[in-house]
Amino acid sequence: MAIFKQGLFKRPNNPLEQDASAGAAAPGRGELWLRCKGCKRVLLQEELDKNDQVCPGCGAHFRMGPRPRIASIADEGSFQELFVGMRSADPLSFPGYKDKLDKARRQSGESEAVICGRATLEQKPFCLFVMAQNFMMGSMGCAVGEKITLLFEYALEQRLPVVGFTVSGGARMQEGILSLMQMAKVSGAIRRFSDAGLLYVCVLTDPTTGGVTASFAMQADVTLAEPGALIGFAGPRVIEQTIRQKLPQGFQSAEFLLEKGFLDAIVDRREQRDYLSRLLALYGEADKWKNG
Amino acid sequence: MIGPWDRVQAARAQDRPTARDFIDRLLTGFIPLRGDKRFGEDLAVLAGAAYLNGRPLMVAALERGRSFQEKIEHNFGMAQPEGYRKTLRCMQQAEKFHLPLLCLVDTSGAYPGIGAEERGQGEAIAENLITLMGLRTPVVSLLIGEGGSGGALALAVADRVWMLENAWYSVISPEGCASILWKDPARTKEAAESLHLTAQDLYGFQVIERIFPEDDTLFPALKEALEREFLALSQTDINTLLEDRYAKYRKLGAVLT
Repeated sequence: MAIFKQGLFKRPNNPLEQDASAGAAAPGRGELWLRCKGCKRVLLQEELDKNDQVCPGCGAHFRMGPRPRIASIADEGSFQELFVGMRSADPLSFPGYKDKLDKARRQSGESEAVICGRATLEQKPFCLFVMAQNFMMGSMGCAVGEKITLLFEYALEQRLPVVGFTVSGGARMQEGILSLMQMAKVSGAIRRFSDAGLLYVCVLTDPTTGGVTASFAMQADVTLAEPGALIGFAGPRVIEQTIRQKLPQGFQSAEFLLEKGFLDAIVDRREQRDYLSRLLALYGEADKWKNG
Repeated sequence: MIGPWDRVQAARAQDRPTARDFIDRLLTGFIPLRGDKRFGEDLAVLAGAAYLNGRPLMVAALERGRSFQEKIEHNFGMAQPEGYRKTLRCMQQAEKFHLPLLCLVDTSGAYPGIGAEERGQGEAIAENLITLMGLRTPVVSLLIGEGGSGGALALAVADRVWMLENAWYSVISPEGCASILWKDPARTKEAAESLHLTAQDLYGFQVIERIFPEDDTLFPALKEALEREFLALSQTDINTLLEDRYAKYRKLGAVLT
């Protein structure tokens, strides 16, 4: 351990540990320009905002906040948020957790790490959950589990499809075993929803890891991802420490998962609205056979 | 006073009985299932059919091994996707043949390795969770040692979850918590305390239903409790059982509105 403390070894880059408020390569608040992580080109923030936070040069996907994401998918003005203000308590009185929550709430303007609601897409109603990268890197505590469970229960009752966007460092440690139990709880809600013949599409964005990958991110009927997204169960640093070797380039990227057979498609953010719209239409038109 | 860290160490003790011992002491006539019929065989998982006091059931277990040689063979009880998919076969057979399912959990966590990620560790666990949530047969999970995160949960979504008094069960190991959250491995003991991972804690959160003292009465007590519970659960209407299972997990979590 002393070796590490002397700084002889450089810690590997861990995208899960970057400051959530800054994002992987997203610009700092109020900055006018930044350099693209992909093509190193200098980009104007304004240019990026107009392009769904995708580099117009090389197509690199920068992290995107939950509100712009909802705006990019739902028909304008159609989004109705559900379960507003629901938030995690501090059931374990975990050291420092209250302050961390306060800070996340202040910085993100959100009450929790997921936003749920209903909206329309090309006039077709659907339910939507979007995890918030700017709230403790989308970590899943009781409130995240509860809101997503409520959304699947609501969608089942309304017989609407669900589209989810995941971004998460995994289960929220500060809520201990109760965070872990959210994986079981959400799985139960998805099972009931799925058994009723309803469609769930999940879009995995950078990064999606841990307990979220090991539950609702991998339980969809159609699983999509954004280009270059890190997707895995164990984080890269944990794997490197366990096997004591460097991970190959591109390991746990969306492209890697597609090749290994765990994704149905990688969809550029600028084409997601169209892609989702086609999916919802196709899977919702079975009556065309019965009705002749 | 036995603290949480003492219990974690007890759960990891060299001479502590492993899943294999529980199968030998509680069940008879064990016939194994091997492999996931997709990729390979994972020795961190034992699965099969056996008798409990003359009645058949299915059993799925995480086995860490006793001696050093055995530990290496069983990958210290850290299962890979094919191991979880073997337990999935076991679950599906339990449902198909109307046999109750007993899960024995003892793992520091699912294996974090290159092959495990390539073969979909997350997907394998997710599939177990959704399967267990709707499995149309009674399920009892017994945490006999370590209950590390999603790798343990993959065998612990059940009608009844029971723990031995020194077993621990947590969203993350104390080491992982200290290193990831506090970047300080020296605070492992403190993490064990903060995580509330003991059987008593979990009973308080209503995550588990029963704690078994680790004394001479353990195996006879377990045998009797399992027989009684499986009889009662088997005689419950299956739809009621599934409603109750859902309701049990549905209420877990502390939120403010």
